Amino acid sequence: MSAGLTMNGYNFAYLNEQTKRMIRRALLKAVAIPGYQVPFASREMPMPYGWGTGGVQVTASILKPDDVLKVTDQGADDTTNAVSIRDFFKKTADIATTEITQDATIIQTRHRIPEQELGANQILVFQVPIPEPMRFLEPRETETRKMHALEEYGLMHVKLYEDISRNGQIATTYAYPVSVEERYVMDPSPIPKFDNPKMNNMAALQLFGAGREMRIYALPPYTRVKSLDFEDYPFEVQKWDEPCAICGTTDSYLDEVILDNSGNRMFCCSDTAYCQSKQGPVKGAEQ
Amino acid sequence: MYVAVKGGEKAIRNAHALFDEKRRGDVSVPEITTEQIKQQLSFSVDRVMSEGSLYDFDLSALAIKQARGDLIEAIFLVRASRTTLARFGSSKPFDTSHMRVERRISATYKDIPGGQILGATFDYQHRLLDFSLEEQKLQDETSVETRDDVGLDADMPRVLDILNNEGLVEQASLEMNEDTPPSDLTRSPLEFPADRSLRLQNLARADEGFLLALGYSTQRGYARNHGFAGEIRIGSVAVEFAPEELGFPIEIGEMIVSECEMINQFKGSKSAPPQFTRGYGLAFGQVERKVMSMALVDRALRADELGEEKTAPAQDEEFVLSHSDNVKATGFVEHLKLPHYVDFQAELELVRKMRAKQRVMKEAAE
Repeated sequence: MSAGLTMNGYNFAYLNEQTKRMIRRALLKAVAIPGYQVPFASREMPMPYGWGTGGVQVTASILKPDDVLKVTDQGADDTTNAVSIRDFFKKTADIATTEITQDATIIQTRHRIPEQELGANQILVFQVPIPEPMRFLEPRETETRKMHALEEYGLMHVKLYEDISRNGQIATTYAYPVSVEERYVMDPSPIPKFDNPKMNNMAALQLFGAGREMRIYALPPYTRVKSLDFEDYPFEVQKWDEPCAICGTTDSYLDEVILDNSGNRMFCCSDTAYCQSKQGPVKGAEQ
Repeated sequence: MYVAVKGGEKAIRNAHALFDEKRRGDVSVPEITTEQIKQQLSFSVDRVMSEGSLYDFDLSALAIKQARGDLIEAIFLVRASRTTLARFGSSKPFDTSHMRVERRISATYKDIPGGQILGATFDYQHRLLDFSLEEQKLQDETSVETRDDVGLDADMPRVLDILNNEGLVEQASLEMNEDTPPSDLTRSPLEFPADRSLRLQNLARADEGFLLALGYSTQRGYARNHGFAGEIRIGSVAVEFAPEELGFPIEIGEMIVSECEMINQFKGSKSAPPQFTRGYGLAFGQVERKVMSMALVDRALRADELGEEKTAPAQDEEFVLSHSDNVKATGFVEHLKLPHYVDFQAELELVRKMRAKQRVMKEAAE
């Protein structure tokens, strides 16, 4: 164990090797059963529960010294929590970090999937607050586990149907439930539904860590992932009427930024790395 | 342009530096030492040890200092340190009837073998602010009668065991033997239904305030079950560990623990005669309120086992065990201050769309 010691006697990437092996076993099981929530003995981490401890534990257990890590939150690399998590791994694992999506081997994310298409050499690690897609329909874990085991997803479809009858559309905009390989219904973490189609058939391995709820799940590369919908109410993603005010791109998820006290707004890319790449050397020449 | 989302790194560094400065406070006032915290704020230290699940007075005092006295934050610091430690094994179960007792009372019998021993307590004090404490004074050597002067019995059998010759109180259940290690929620994920040892471990780490409120609720009619404090005892017990290489147990130290055995009514069921039942509480340090609450909640959670109807939150295992941990609770509640721009944006867009649709429909109707 002493070989990997960094930062005042803590092991490489903070967790001790016993713990990493425990997490890797859960990860292997998760990859073997796509979309199934594997219980794991989540540890306390030096950042609070609900702030990415699941993602951090997953990243810590797969991290190798030659990895290049990118951490984003809300699509941005320098929001407070992304900065904190990136610093944590710099300090405890002494690894290289990057903001450029293609340069990273591991990307830990909260609430977004990068706009840039990911490759087979990359792993995307999601931070998950509530891994159970039916939690707000049925608060009991004992019940929801049974429903998954029996593939009993009627409740979820009823919820979506009620949305339509009340609002004329499915009123779920983020954490929009998906079906994995036509078996498990899975919570994609609170990414906007705009990102859901990116999960389907992705070349990169997708790992999901929920620390407080003690669950790990995964989507192996090239897994079929379908957002739940109805034939007459097909799944749709958000669209904007205007391009990004900074880079001019029209295909990315936009954040709304309030500019002044009279409420004037502009829209710009939520994915800061993507926005930067689109600005390029010649501004505005993105296509 | 991107001011709204950029520039977090420097701001965070500055915020942390400011926190350090605030912790120190006015530099003309001497800095508090961890030794002072350990000696003079011992209830805080004990609470942090018990909910931090680490029996270490020094680390607990350090955590309290570092957290500026915020005990949940201190508990969090202790937990995050504890989690990195390797596990060598489990100690032998200890028998609290061999406890070196500092306090031991029973509310069910006037006199008990070994006597009622009040120890250091703020019970029976008039809660009047003592302004003399505002002044620092050099204390004379204490003249209070201590344990050694009085000559207490070395062994104090538990009240419920010695006075239960009629069988009116159920036997303490022993569902484990020494070959099957007890469940451990720090090593395997909490799953339901949980056995009693797992429930007790969860409650021993649980937030004192949460247990207090739940225990209180059982007294006010939510799973009403009047409890009697059969015995509360606080003192030190020897901890034994049997290293595999050695093959026999050796004493590795002493621990101060608080224990509460609560006696509750039980109407009886088809298979069991009416009898008093037990609830149990045990935790590190002097944490009397905690173990009393714990015993009430433990009893309420035995509803299934005793065939009682479950009507209240305190009886609901999944509800209690899933929400008892204050490190988890504070993390998730406070995570709401993290940025949620993306999800909020998605909701904004939906609400606008729905409002627009409603406006069109309204206009069409007019």
